[in-house]
Amino acid sequence: MSRRPVVVWAVLLAGIGLGLFFYKVVGLGFPLRPAQREALWDLELRLRFRADGGPVKAALAIPETGGRYAIVDENFISPGYGLTTEDTGTGRRAVWAIRWAGGEQVFYYRAVVQRLAGRSEGRVLPVEPVRVDLQDSQFAAAYALLYEVVQRSADLPTLVAQLVERLHDDSDPNVALLVGPRAGQARRLWVASMLLGLRETPARVVRGVRLEARRRSASLIEWLEVWNGDEWLAFDPTTGQRERREDALALVRGGTDLATVEGGGPETLGVAVRRSEQSSLRAAVTRGTLINPDLIRFSLAGLPIRIQEVYRVLLMIPVGAFLLVLLRGFVGIKTFGTFMPVLIALAFRETELLWGVVLFLIIVSLGLAVRFYLERLKLLMVPRVAAVLIIVVFLMLCLSILSHRLNIDRGLSVALFPMVILTMTIERMSVAWEERGGAEAIEQGVGSLLVAVFAYLVMSNHWVEHWFFIFPELLLVLLAGSLLMGCYTGYRLLEYWRFRDLIEGEG
Amino acid sequence: MIPGPRTLRRAGVLGINGRNGDYVLRFNPRRLYPLVDDKLKTKRLAEEAGIAVPRLYGVIRAVHDVRRLPEIVSRHEDFVIKPATGSGGNGILVVTGRMGDLFRTAGGDLLTLDDLEFHVSNILSGVYSLGGQSDQAMIEYRVRFDPVFEHISYQGVPDLRIIVFLGVPVMAMVRLPTRGSDGKANLHQGAIGAGIDLATGLTGTAVWNDLVITVHPDTGISVTGVEIPGWAELLRLAACCWELTGLGYQGVDLVLDRDLGPLILELNARPGLNIQIANRAGLRHRLDLVERHLRRLRTVERRVAFAREELEELAREAAQSA
Repeated sequence: MSRRPVVVWAVLLAGIGLGLFFYKVVGLGFPLRPAQREALWDLELRLRFRADGGPVKAALAIPETGGRYAIVDENFISPGYGLTTEDTGTGRRAVWAIRWAGGEQVFYYRAVVQRLAGRSEGRVLPVEPVRVDLQDSQFAAAYALLYEVVQRSADLPTLVAQLVERLHDDSDPNVALLVGPRAGQARRLWVASMLLGLRETPARVVRGVRLEARRRSASLIEWLEVWNGDEWLAFDPTTGQRERREDALALVRGGTDLATVEGGGPETLGVAVRRSEQSSLRAAVTRGTLINPDLIRFSLAGLPIRIQEVYRVLLMIPVGAFLLVLLRGFVGIKTFGTFMPVLIALAFRETELLWGVVLFLIIVSLGLAVRFYLERLKLLMVPRVAAVLIIVVFLMLCLSILSHRLNIDRGLSVALFPMVILTMTIERMSVAWEERGGAEAIEQGVGSLLVAVFAYLVMSNHWVEHWFFIFPELLLVLLAGSLLMGCYTGYRLLEYWRFRDLIEGEG
Repeated sequence: MIPGPRTLRRAGVLGINGRNGDYVLRFNPRRLYPLVDDKLKTKRLAEEAGIAVPRLYGVIRAVHDVRRLPEIVSRHEDFVIKPATGSGGNGILVVTGRMGDLFRTAGGDLLTLDDLEFHVSNILSGVYSLGGQSDQAMIEYRVRFDPVFEHISYQGVPDLRIIVFLGVPVMAMVRLPTRGSDGKANLHQGAIGAGIDLATGLTGTAVWNDLVITVHPDTGISVTGVEIPGWAELLRLAACCWELTGLGYQGVDLVLDRDLGPLILELNARPGLNIQIANRAGLRHRLDLVERHLRRLRTVERRVAFAREELEELAREAAQSA
């Protein structure tokens, strides 16, 4: 039988794969190294109010992708409400509605926010100045104040600085008239934007969150933005000094409230921000799509984030499978089921290695114990496997509850194990135990676990993950390798051990 | 201690990849597998070809047939119940005699008719079958093994495994159950494997759990130098199996019955490689020789003669010159 077609195919596939790879690296400048840790935050907004017992509609300002920040992922949690998100002129809003609700209501908005380096503030529109109809007395006060401020300034930034400073001076009767008694920061800033509107200068009050390293309950902040004809400039709310506001994420721009509730109240808004350390690859890809559009056209980065996440995992499966091919065909390690170790390795990605191995051993050995008892009951095959499956799920449940009680968070991740795979492992292991003896069964079990650990180490490697995600054409190289392994008829490493006696006899 | 690749290749040892890639995949078309995976089909095929097999007393195909069991077994003092697609000797129940309404098994247990029916239902549901698919239960003649093996096997039925390549028997061994193997004749379960000289039919070296031995560990009787009776007939039967199934590379399992002589038990499309250890010889040189001399090996007689008179000698020469 000729091996030539296989070799030809292998060379062809590997050639195409490597060719594309080199073209992307050299020609398109795709990064070979996985990206550095990126600035990512977990943002949580919590809206809480008491519903009156009737139809309820609650709106909450939420951040949007654009400008310096990108929303990498987000989700909404509400007690049975219908959810819509709407784009208003002032930003994005989540609107929850329900026909009837009573008592305490809590909504959560959670997002993973990423800072994009070197980007200017987004959302240019609307650039309309604020227009307000003022009473005569206020009108006079406003113009008096404006006149004074314009006289003392040279350009727009100094004008805004003067204006903001003046508006904090409550002893000035003009200011008192305009901002009213016991005015807060927001009110003063709004008056500033209104006064700038009289000069036909677009200005707006922006409310948002400050993104800092670790802060369990962050505070909401506000600042003033003024349009200088080309871009929005940010100003400190108390000093009026020009500033860059790089650490602030805007939620709403313009006069609208952060949260409004119809059919309940009073509402309280809580904010939590945490610097997130994960997913630097995810961050890199998002950044890539905004900086280098070529990346979108030629990579998975063009897909929605959720699908990308799926592929990030899926692409590791061929890697694990190829490793399995090598370990089985070339080394000769025996495993239960062809791809079982790869799936176990996938579960290890979530649980992390040590816990993964511990949990795997606990479940399989407990499952085996039960399975041996079932063997004595002489059950028919399909009901017996179903019984083992039920017991496996039950064991997972118990482990999760137990570890939660003991405050071992990792124990909860047992739920990520593929239970059908575990069941089949237990079933095959006990069958092997009956048919071929405990030694052989344990050998194969240990072999499976060993391969799973190997596969995990490779599949969770940052570089491997990055390379296959950015260069999926490398799969063709794996394919070529698999084809070649398919016609490897040489000895397996462990066969040198197996046939050692045969040779001694010859000698 | 551990041989290198060159040493193994010189000895002509066949590895798993080599067996699968160079022989099983090349010479055993997938569509022929059902002929050997289903022992019922093998048996029918052999009977049609006039090849000796243990006589079939009856088949139970479905659960509602189980009530036919009493009728099938009533005519026979002893019998064997086995799954049609079982593997590794699992699910085989050997009834050696009766005691009133009870059945005595080879292990000495006494079973009721209900127990037998439960066993049959289990077989039907696929407990012992290869992939867990539903199965059929065969009730057949119980082999009374030849007295030659009486002192060198512990319970169970000793059987012979012959690798047949393109109709030429290339290597043979006898598998002797031990106390450790629980009466089963599988090497990895602790049975003894003793190589058989193709020319003479005399047993040679034997292995047991990785140990090279000359006496049976349970009985203390020598397992080396035992002459297998009717050796020529055994080889002839094995050689016929190529025409029977069309599988180029197969393992033929035979038993020696006291009264009926050699019978074919089952065929295997991917026979194990331990036979090389039992014979202390590699398969590959012999397989190469068969391919080289194929043109003059047209009849069963010529193939058997080639195996007995030339094969081993030529293989030894090939190993030396390699």
